Amino acid sequence: MIKLIPRVENSKAMVLLSPLLALTLTAVSALIIFIFILDDIKVSSVFFTLFVLPLTDSYLFPELLVKAAPLMIIGLGLSIGFRAGIWNIGAEGQYVIGGITGGAVGLYFYNVEGFWLLPLMAVAAIVGGMLYASIAAFLRIRYQVNEILVTLMLTYVAVLLLSAMLQGPLRNPAGFNFPESRMFHDSALLPIIWEGTRLHIGFILAIILSFVGWFGIKKHMFGMQIKISGSAPRAAKFAGFDDNKTVWYSLLISGGLAGLAGFFEASGPAGQLTPGLPQFYGFTAIIVAFLARLHPIGILFSSLLIALSYVGGEEVQIEYNLPSSITQIFQGMLLFYFLACDILIRYKVVFNKTKN
Amino acid sequence: MSNSRFTSILKLSFLSVVLAFTGNVSADPVKAAFVYIGPTGDHGWTYAHDEGVKYAKEKLGDDVIMTTIESVAENSDSERVITSLARKNDIVFTTSFGYMNPTVKVAGRYPDVKFEHATGYIRPDNVSTYSARFYEGRHVIGKIAGRMTKSNVIGYIASFPIPEVIRGINSAFLAARSVNPDVQIKVVWVYTWYDPGKEADAANALIAQGADILMQHTDSTAAMTVAEEKGIHAFGQASNMREWGPNAQLTGIINDWGPYYADRIAAVRDGTWASTDTFAGVQQGMVKFAPMANMPTDVKNEAMQTIIDLSMGAIHPFTGPINKQDGSPWLAEGETPPNFPDLLTMDFYVEGIDSKYPN
Amino acid sequence: MNESLFINIIIGISIASTPLIFAAIGELLVERSGVLNLGVEGMMIVGALLGFIVQFHTGSPLLAVLAALLGGMAISSIFAFLTQFLLTNQVATGLALTLFGLGFSAFVGRGYTEETIVLIKAIHIPFLSEIPFVGPLIFSLNPLVYLAFLMVFLVWWFLFKTKQGLILRSIGDNHDAAHAIGHNVVRYRFMAILFGGAMAGLGGAFLSLVQVPIWGEEMTAGRGWIALGLVVFASWQPFRVILGAILFGGITVLQLHAQGFDIRISAQYLSMLPYLATIIILVSLRIRLKNKTNRTVPNCLGRIFHSTS
Repeated sequence: MIKLIPRVENSKAMVLLSPLLALTLTAVSALIIFIFILDDIKVSSVFFTLFVLPLTDSYLFPELLVKAAPLMIIGLGLSIGFRAGIWNIGAEGQYVIGGITGGAVGLYFYNVEGFWLLPLMAVAAIVGGMLYASIAAFLRIRYQVNEILVTLMLTYVAVLLLSAMLQGPLRNPAGFNFPESRMFHDSALLPIIWEGTRLHIGFILAIILSFVGWFGIKKHMFGMQIKISGSAPRAAKFAGFDDNKTVWYSLLISGGLAGLAGFFEASGPAGQLTPGLPQFYGFTAIIVAFLARLHPIGILFSSLLIALSYVGGEEVQIEYNLPSSITQIFQGMLLFYFLACDILIRYKVVFNKTKN
Repeated sequence: MSNSRFTSILKLSFLSVVLAFTGNVSADPVKAAFVYIGPTGDHGWTYAHDEGVKYAKEKLGDDVIMTTIESVAENSDSERVITSLARKNDIVFTTSFGYMNPTVKVAGRYPDVKFEHATGYIRPDNVSTYSARFYEGRHVIGKIAGRMTKSNVIGYIASFPIPEVIRGINSAFLAARSVNPDVQIKVVWVYTWYDPGKEADAANALIAQGADILMQHTDSTAAMTVAEEKGIHAFGQASNMREWGPNAQLTGIINDWGPYYADRIAAVRDGTWASTDTFAGVQQGMVKFAPMANMPTDVKNEAMQTIIDLSMGAIHPFTGPINKQDGSPWLAEGETPPNFPDLLTMDFYVEGIDSKYPN
Repeated sequence: MNESLFINIIIGISIASTPLIFAAIGELLVERSGVLNLGVEGMMIVGALLGFIVQFHTGSPLLAVLAALLGGMAISSIFAFLTQFLLTNQVATGLALTLFGLGFSAFVGRGYTEETIVLIKAIHIPFLSEIPFVGPLIFSLNPLVYLAFLMVFLVWWFLFKTKQGLILRSIGDNHDAAHAIGHNVVRYRFMAILFGGAMAGLGGAFLSLVQVPIWGEEMTAGRGWIALGLVVFASWQPFRVILGAILFGGITVLQLHAQGFDIRISAQYLSMLPYLATIIILVSLRIRLKNKTNRTVPNCLGRIFHSTS
């Protein structure tokens, strides 16, 4: 009989050991799968390409960071809401809207140079994301409509809106009628911080925001408010915390950050608005947030880990002709194992010989 | 020196000179890479490219090493994939329009690598573009459809209102009208290249609205299966879809990229590669057809004759007089359009099409 | 409107909404027990693949449907084990399930993308299907469509007319109290999750066995997520699931037809309608319910249960 006994306090050793255990289990499972599907290819070289190469290769490493940035930003925003029990599942939609509003500003001022353009685009993107998320906040507060449904439905709407914009007002007039915007001009593109790569200033901002978020949750009253509202809403009300305010803050912050990430993608690696803007960063960020146990600094690391699995997985596809589904399987497995091992932190596993 | 010795030295010298010239050229195998937008299992666009790759590999044997990567989305990730391939290959083929900007960017960073971009229009020195005159294929199937329809409604499942798709619609319509003055064409836009469920829904909607022949500019075999089930006719797209529509498929437009791929890789091998733009059709063998089936002999013969005419360059699917949908003139009597801008940026329906042009 | 066109549209709507009905009614039962399983998309696609594979190899629709059912159950058991025994967070575990299910099905399904199968055809109920107008409309549908309606009825019956259903609902509302009374919370939830998996598998199988006889990666195209929204839309009431699914299926089909009729709205804005309509209808339902003390959300939805005894 296996019993789970809650620990008096979370095991500090397990906080470090359980993720390692999860990674090991994932690696072992990967090994087993590879042995089955690979004939002559050395399993060790596949592993190397998957996990080590993106960290050591001079082209792939900055790409890894580029891919981690939006996950970090969106994950940070989501974690704030999740702590309070506010489930913004539609960050992808807010990301797209932010890309549209930020990009539209850049396109409106096409070929107009100036340092003010990028900040203006960023503000437009953040405001766009916030406004879009506020729909869910309003409906939740006024009509008690669940934000999971609203944000999810609005995601589809946002993607369709992008398509409509790219067929219409935002379409490149010199682009042979293809549904793409113009390439952004220089003032509308994010400055590159690592010469010769696509690593842009958004990455630095992501890191800064992570620390700001950590500080905010640790020190500020607001952080406490969110922590308590999530676990005991009635107690929170007695303490004078305003539940409605928490809903607004959570959705506005996560919406604004998601919108910012959308702008970073459009003005960074993409350099234009295309139907390919939505890349499920909004959903992957949910996983990133959970792997980090909703901790801002943890999100910094988990976003790098997930980005690693994408970039490494792609290389494995190219090098060894493996299908893209392999990456998805591993990401799913990693999350499963991680969640499973997590229990070791809060509970002690006891083997009991007595019958019930 | 004796005669025989002199002869052997001569032979040896001659041999070494020959080797010196050819040895240079037939050195290491060419490393070629292909970026696909979808799965090869789509039995449509990507499948056709993959068949082309197989043909080229068979033709060139050990002279080439092929790498392919499927389902690369048209977003900022594609630049990374193309770059990774450029680092290890001599020539990279990117088989979808949406890869244009990343291809050009990467080409700029790797000037010694050759790039071939399908359906694009930007050509730096190390980038070629290539596309096929699919509208010639539409011309043939349009004629067949005009003859075979009894309800006089052709159903067209279209993906995105881009010039290539518009060309196809116009060409099919004009050909059908030329043999059947009462025929009409209904277009449904699904805004995706590949979504079997949605394509099936669109097919059903068109059939419900009276279409008894289906054409598609999407990538799956869904519409063909619907046609087979409903007992009507349809045309295969990009490949022979007979297996999904043994009774339904009249013929199919087949994209034959194989010879082009073999030529381009051979050019790299022989050092003769240069940036070109290829817009080839039936005449050059890039557009082919599945065997004609499920139609009466006279329709088949007419179709075969049309194919022969196209392959000899004797006819052009867009031959005036043709007006635009709003009545304004486009081509005068006997006039044929230039590639640019008319064909490559086509953004209007021709006169006679009832459907409203998507805005 | 032309009668046969009308019938065609209705049949089209039934095809579009049935996968949603299956997936949503399964998830409804799960959520009624207090568990939120976001892995519906992953379970559906696995069902679609397994149904296709078995139909391809055996040609037996019965075996294929069974395989889809069992496949959905099997993959949902991972979620059940993690959330009920290892007490993992339900939102994250559900997402992992979706990810894993999509990858797994794409990987295993690689060998089947060039195959085709025989579809499960609609049936014609003797006598009844001869009745003019109503006959072809209601009595000539696909057997799986009838099965979906039956499942909705059965779930309603179970939840509101049986003792076990009452217990399950009470677990969803207050799992600590239910446990104190002596009900086995974990067992009820585990079974509910397996049922949800079976239904999602059926919903997926409908796509590959009825709608299009082919297999394609990610052919569920987000229907699992829509099913999740449908459960909320239905306020966790079984019969309202049908209403929501018809709304979605309906507008999707009508949008395509509207294009054929040349209705002058861009396709994208037309496509937005089902999603916006869902939100609007939900809001209006809330407005009407405002004065009732009708508490519809299962109170314990998403909260982890751990017995301390």
